[in-house]
Amino acid sequence: MTSTGTITGTATTAGAKAHARAQEADHRGRVATMPTVPASAWPDPPQGVEPRDLVHAEVVAGGGYTHLVVARGTHVRLTDLAGDACAHVLAYRADRPWERLNVADTVKVQWQVYLTSGHLLLSDAGRVLASVVGDTSGRQDALYGTTTRARNEQRYGDGSPQGGSPAGRELFAVAAAKHGLARRDLPPSISFFQGVRIDAAGHPVFEGSAGAGRALTIRAEAPLILLVANTAHPLDPRPEFTSTPLEVVAWKGRAADESDPLWTATPEGRRAFANTVADLTARGIA
Amino acid sequence: MTTELTTDDALRGEVLLDEVVPARAPWSAVVAAGDTLTIVDLGGNQAVDFLVYDAHDTTLRYSAPDTIQAQDSIFLTTGSVLRDCEHGPLMTVTADDCGRHDTLGGACSKESNTLRYGHHTAAQHACAENFLAEGGRHGLGKRDLVSNINWYMNVPVDPDGALGIVDGISAPGLSVSLRAERDVLVVVSNCPQVNNPCNGFDPTAIRMVVTR
Repeated sequence: MTSTGTITGTATTAGAKAHARAQEADHRGRVATMPTVPASAWPDPPQGVEPRDLVHAEVVAGGGYTHLVVARGTHVRLTDLAGDACAHVLAYRADRPWERLNVADTVKVQWQVYLTSGHLLLSDAGRVLASVVGDTSGRQDALYGTTTRARNEQRYGDGSPQGGSPAGRELFAVAAAKHGLARRDLPPSISFFQGVRIDAAGHPVFEGSAGAGRALTIRAEAPLILLVANTAHPLDPRPEFTSTPLEVVAWKGRAADESDPLWTATPEGRRAFANTVADLTARGIA
Repeated sequence: MTTELTTDDALRGEVLLDEVVPARAPWSAVVAAGDTLTIVDLGGNQAVDFLVYDAHDTTLRYSAPDTIQAQDSIFLTTGSVLRDCEHGPLMTVTADDCGRHDTLGGACSKESNTLRYGHHTAAQHACAENFLAEGGRHGLGKRDLVSNINWYMNVPVDPDGALGIVDGISAPGLSVSLRAERDVLVVVSNCPQVNNPCNGFDPTAIRMVVTR
């Protein structure tokens, strides 16, 4: 209860209105996990980025989620502020969301399960959704997906989206619904900042975080819907649910063209970019 | 329908269905709770791309991540429980002659073939085509396709993270058996891929037997 609320009371519409309108000022500077709107007001733009080019700036609480629709060329930087964020990510073509991240094609086509700078996030249609253009973490997982309500209930006693240990799939389901998408639109996801390695016998080894302040930047190679759930990794062995804030900052930029080193880095990537630009050109998007 | 059964223990019991799926073709069936589906690799080293759904609510579908979360390996073999996207059990592997099966590589598609091998492959048949065609008969569409199982396909992960489809470890006549934990819809693509060793560069027929 704020002092304003006590003074004005909320028994009348006028009092309730005054109480509501006092809240923004009362909370200024006191809430760390929130969006900054407009993003140009974000106090700490990435180096070389003009404030006016920022299109999204937000700190997502541990156990929270966000969702963005971004133009082709947008750069999205995820930062593990305190060292125990885990950013579960799904990506869809904004103009045709039935084309979406396909983790199996992503790892198979690129002959690599550990995705870092220079790797591509591929759709199910032989095209690039996003490129990883920066990674100071090196910890990620493309195989183990996210958590479910049932399993979080087993492990932590609760997996509901409103509870203290929300499952990634529950957060994704809510985020997806805001774009007209349903649970059948949630394929296996990828996650960043909590690493998993596969040993020689095929067993998973949970590596955890590389530490506070590590960041990953992806570049949208097509207009995208991005869903980001920040919640504990399914293989996190700690008995207590552990999830700390995730910063999400996005800014305008340019998508890859034929002069980009990633375009020619691999034959698979070259053909993926060619397919992507051919499709976007036909649609008038590139 | 053949009446000649192998002596494989997996095929004991009342035979409800016994069909040969030709090379490159799709297949589907509802397997009732408690019944067992046995997949026989007739020619050896034939990848069988496999999706499974709750027969009464297809929004509950196989989840590769949930399946491997609940066991200590990325590979499937006897004892593995195939889990749905809400972590519930769909089927359990009750017998496996081959030893290990792939959960990571997903299905081939015309589109991904253009990335992996070149645009000259665009006219070739692919598993995604089979899944779309066969799934469509059950009201399933593109949104319902997720990372699938590849029975008999050999996909190691190297210490540096390199993964690839390499020469198979299956042989003619080997089988894998799956018990349905509830009524399930199984949709299969008998993989037509000819550009890598997943089918020994020669797609062959498979046999599907449901026993009770």
